[in-house]
Amino acid sequence: MSRSTKVSGPVPAADKEAGGPGADGTGAERDGATQWPLWEVFAQEAQGAAHEHVGSLHAADAEMALQNARDVYARRGPIVSLWVVPSAAITASPSDEAGSFFDPGADKIYRHPQFYKIPRGVKGF
Amino acid sequence: MQQDAPKAVDDAALNARFEARIEAGETIEPKDWMPERYRTQLIRMMSQHAHSEIVGMLPEGNWITRAPSLKRKMSLIAKVQDEAGHGLYIYCGTETLGVDRAELVDQLLTGKAKYSSIFNYPTLSWADMGVIGWFVDGAAIVNQTVLAKASYGPYARAMIRICKEENFHKKQGYEIMATLANGTPAQKAMAQDAVNRWWWPSLMMLGPSDANSPNTAELIKWRVKRKTNDELRQRFIDLTVPQAQAVDLTLPDPDLKYNEETGHWEHGPIDWDEFWAVVKGNGPCNRERLQARRDAHEKGAWVREAAAAYAAKHQPASASNAA
Repeated sequence: MSRSTKVSGPVPAADKEAGGPGADGTGAERDGATQWPLWEVFAQEAQGAAHEHVGSLHAADAEMALQNARDVYARRGPIVSLWVVPSAAITASPSDEAGSFFDPGADKIYRHPQFYKIPRGVKGF
Repeated sequence: MQQDAPKAVDDAALNARFEARIEAGETIEPKDWMPERYRTQLIRMMSQHAHSEIVGMLPEGNWITRAPSLKRKMSLIAKVQDEAGHGLYIYCGTETLGVDRAELVDQLLTGKAKYSSIFNYPTLSWADMGVIGWFVDGAAIVNQTVLAKASYGPYARAMIRICKEENFHKKQGYEIMATLANGTPAQKAMAQDAVNRWWWPSLMMLGPSDANSPNTAELIKWRVKRKTNDELRQRFIDLTVPQAQAVDLTLPDPDLKYNEETGHWEHGPIDWDEFWAVVKGNGPCNRERLQARRDAHEKGAWVREAAAAYAAKHQPASASNAA
């Protein structure tokens, strides 16, 4: 299994074996029942806050995904905005055992203010 | 697979690393390596939990049209809608393990998957709406508060969302009971009757005693569960006894007594034969519940098909089925 070459999404759609509903984006038929595509839901809890991932849901199209997201993830306030994104459209970084992806950020202490010294006596810097 | 030997070595190393991560209290995320057994145990436990939320809508849905006031009706509709939402949170969490919801629903409808034993009891009076919120949601809160610290990230996060909403469920139920207990003698009798019928099934709902719970040790080792069934049951009893006393309702256990030394309420023997009969499909409402779910699924098929057809027709070619 070559996990490192193809970076898969944080959600099942992208992790699925080929042919699973949602993986191929066709809303595959199974036993006469229709499995709608999977969407990831992001909610903003207050004006000015960031949108945060809150979960996923199945819906036939974007409009239905938004309405379902409202009913599932925003039944009570305070949600001021929702985004829905097709799960398969998300590309995620490798999982932790893939190793070195985040290394470039791990060894550069000079990017933090603690790395620098201020002469004694300088107040309110 | 020609490379069996190297793979086994890899698995041992991955397994050791996984156990170390669990030991260190780390959260396992969907894309992280996990033992196949951890994955299947989680799928089993989470899907049972999701099914329970969905089937749990039925006993209460039964009373929506007969709620005694508009206020009670609004609360009950909101609560039942929450249960649907809780089912969806957990189904979507389960899907992160690589199984899809249609398959899980199929397992429920064919009777292959289990759901909580408690929902196989009938709701005979309005007081049952009160006692379900108080006992059943109360017991669920005790269980889910602990599951909110489960090692699997998507499960823990779903539990946190659910716990925030369950408090309303429990409180509205207790309010119904307090109102009935302070009402006419007939209302008080109705409340007491509901307590009598639901107390023991509510204790059983927290699962078989530790001696007969084959999955507990493994789930605790992997920190999916953080407390045993008996520990959860004790906590539920300790919380509930004073609440019953406060509204002057009697819990139907002549052996119930406070142990000064341990600080816990001790209960009489639980009828586990009844529990296993219900789990195995022979409770008062097992067949009725499953039939109701099957009917809903079949009668809703045209809605799913119509929505898919509408989406296919209206989707711009470029955006078509990105998901």
